[in-house]
Amino acid sequence: MTGIRKVGVCGAAGTMGSGIAIVSARAGFETVCHDVDGEGLERAATQTASFFARSVERGRMTEEDRETALGRLSPATELDALADCDLVIEAVFEDLSTKQALFRALNPVCKADAIFASNTSTLSIAQIASGCGREDLVVGMHFCLPAQLMKLIEMSPGLNTSEEAFAAAWAWTEAAGQTPVRTRDRPGFILNALLVPFNNDAIRAVEAGVASPADIDTAIKAALGYRMGPLELIDLIGLDTQILLSEAFYPITLDPRAAAPPLLRRMVAAGRLGRKSGRGFHDYEDSAMYGA
Amino acid sequence: MTMAYAIHRTGESRSFPAGDAFLDGAAEDADVLVLLGVPYEPDPSRTAILIELGTECLGVHTGEAAGEEGSNALGFARYRNGGDPPSDLVELVRQPNTEERAIEAARAVFEGAGLTVAVSADRVGRIVDRLVRPKYNAALRLLDDGLAKAEDMDLACRLGLGYPDGPVERTVRGGLAYHHDVSSALFAASGQPGDAPARAAVVARARSEGR
Repeated sequence: MTGIRKVGVCGAAGTMGSGIAIVSARAGFETVCHDVDGEGLERAATQTASFFARSVERGRMTEEDRETALGRLSPATELDALADCDLVIEAVFEDLSTKQALFRALNPVCKADAIFASNTSTLSIAQIASGCGREDLVVGMHFCLPAQLMKLIEMSPGLNTSEEAFAAAWAWTEAAGQTPVRTRDRPGFILNALLVPFNNDAIRAVEAGVASPADIDTAIKAALGYRMGPLELIDLIGLDTQILLSEAFYPITLDPRAAAPPLLRRMVAAGRLGRKSGRGFHDYEDSAMYGA
Repeated sequence: MTMAYAIHRTGESRSFPAGDAFLDGAAEDADVLVLLGVPYEPDPSRTAILIELGTECLGVHTGEAAGEEGSNALGFARYRNGGDPPSDLVELVRQPNTEERAIEAARAVFEGAGLTVAVSADRVGRIVDRLVRPKYNAALRLLDDGLAKAEDMDLACRLGLGYPDGPVERTVRGGLAYHHDVSSALFAASGQPGDAPARAAVVARARSEGR
């Protein structure tokens, strides 16, 4: 059981934020979609409507459920709209000072017992919560992309998070039909702590002439049953994003495997960003594949 | 394209255990020779000589020449996660000057048997173990550090990344002592901390030796 009835999502114009809003509304929660970008919110609302329409077409929800779910979503560009939310999930830019500033701004606006959740994938929950005025009510709630399709949520308490707040947030994820796993407040939690260094190792293998990108991806898929090889995955998420992830990890962990490989930096400098630029470790002549 | 091959064999092969169809498909003699546990002898008259490898480099069998080595001899290993059955992947190991026709012949032999081929330089760990063993070591260390429960780490990788299994369950299933041995070989060659076997693997190896 969860006492949470109304949910706010900050950064709801973005891919992750809009996906989280879909999860919330689909599960029956009134959901305020907040973003400073009003036009972005309109675009996200259109995409959300399309997503629900496809869900009806595929028999995953009824027409009545679609209308009800859409009715639970309300856009807002002012923080005041989040005043009566029981849970506010932020999915804003992955920057510590940005997230800290948001929670500090939300604190005087929101109900005293409202829980703040951060969708950070790399930052410390304790640091994000620091100075916000309700450190005991801040939890880590890392969704996977695309949030509206992926069930996993990595849940982590900060140093000052109360067990009651963590339990309430956990109960909400289950009520929303998600599968939470508990992790400690460590850089990258589980997934990125394992994935970012692994992907860097694959880049280093290319750089060291161990094998071609095609052979590396072929080997990993055939040996392990992965759907994508590591270099195909880096091409999908973007080589520039892999640098950002590495730069988020390495200064904290000092793990050599987390450091961005020189080849990665050279490729980004050369404009080879992966699928979005048509060329990364592989070539993508059909640009329509990206985002299709 | 399929290509005839002969097999010289002693004892059990990790790539092709008794009963494997690849063993039954061998000819009495052929230009491509597959060595399963038999010492390598150079024979330039053959199209290719394929030497089954363990964790060692091909150069252990052929010798090296300051990065100029290469002949009709290639190494290979069908990827196995310790005690798991062999996968469909054959890692084909070449040297800098390995003859291209030998590589193509080897590829034809294995692909003709329904296997998938990836070509690797002659490095310890080849492609797969070079990439996955440091990850498994990291997972075991994170488990020791209390990041999450083993089942949650595995569940996260299955749900979040679409993997068929998680790193802890896979390493335990394949054998922690086996993981120790592969990681040790990697670490001896690379000196990289991530390649060093994690504590749990060291413990498993020690117990298997009765220490």
